[in-house]
Amino acid sequence: MTLNQRVLEWTEAELGVEGTVLEVVRAPAQVLSVPGKDVDPTAPETVQLAADLIATMRVSPGCVGLAADQVGVSARIFCVDVSGHVKTKTHHGTYVLCNAEVVEASRNEKAREGCMSVPDLTGDVKRASRLKVRGQLPVTGETVEIVTDAFEARCLQHEIDHTNGLLFIDRVAGAHALHQRQTYL
Amino acid sequence: MTIHAITVLGHDRPGIIADTTARLAGLGLNLEDSTMTRLRGHFAMTLLCAGEATTEAIRADLAPIAADGTLTVTVYDLPDEQTQAGDGRPFVLSVHGGDRPGIVSTVTAEIAAVGGNITDLTTRLSGDLYVLVAELELPADADVAVLESSVKRVTQELGVDATLRPIEADDL
Repeated sequence: MTLNQRVLEWTEAELGVEGTVLEVVRAPAQVLSVPGKDVDPTAPETVQLAADLIATMRVSPGCVGLAADQVGVSARIFCVDVSGHVKTKTHHGTYVLCNAEVVEASRNEKAREGCMSVPDLTGDVKRASRLKVRGQLPVTGETVEIVTDAFEARCLQHEIDHTNGLLFIDRVAGAHALHQRQTYL
Repeated sequence: MTIHAITVLGHDRPGIIADTTARLAGLGLNLEDSTMTRLRGHFAMTLLCAGEATTEAIRADLAPIAADGTLTVTVYDLPDEQTQAGDGRPFVLSVHGGDRPGIVSTVTAEIAAVGGNITDLTTRLSGDLYVLVAELELPADADVAVLESSVKRVTQELGVDATLRPIEADDL
């Protein structure tokens, strides 16, 4: 797996603004069901939102990714950091992607996942474990492609789903694939 | 061979399954299909078993399980029906949104209207969020696009979201 060095070296210091911790909204909030609008990665409000997403992710136990609609903003931007997760293989540290889309997806695997916006349920979801994603970095707006696997691939698909107004509930594998959460982090 | 349908419902505690199935085994009954789960903290079990024991004998043998009044046990006989493998196409339907009366009846009516058969269905109420996940078989001649649009229409009226997807089985 070839890491994208630009993304790997990216840190929130590039944003140049302090993030504010925002309240995470929960389903059935309507904002979670609406496809987000494309964002201008260079716009000051986008940069501030990127910093806010990271700040909110940092203070949320177990949180490995957060999309703008989860803080009540219907916009196609999210942050990710799976570097500390036990299921992670390849990872690119902390980063924010704007207007991201899946370019290639293969090797589906089923695993149980949860979401801060659906705090009391988990679901078994089949997702690609090899993934190529294209998006734009905030501030510079440069387009980057990330090729990754395993947990980072799952996280990216989960967050991109958020930007398209979808929850993991929309993808659970069947009637016995929805579970009451057993463990809270 | 008689098929006995046994339900056990009530306050959850360790040992319900072990106790019930030991008694059924003691009667020479063979445990076949079953479902056992917790619903809002209550234990709910439905199981089918086959054997020569009479319904009255099973009821008498299971009576101690319900003796403390926290569990309800029922025993009924069913005709032995062999499952027919149909030509239906399997789908999974997810519905979620704010809890309100009528979500299940409204959505399942649309499935029934095209001759779809629900083979498994789970609902969960989590705070204000209501979630329904159904597995269904659609007749070979059912128009999936028509069903999808009718489900979208009624779920929009209910203010909830719906996703209909084919179930893909990876045969190895």
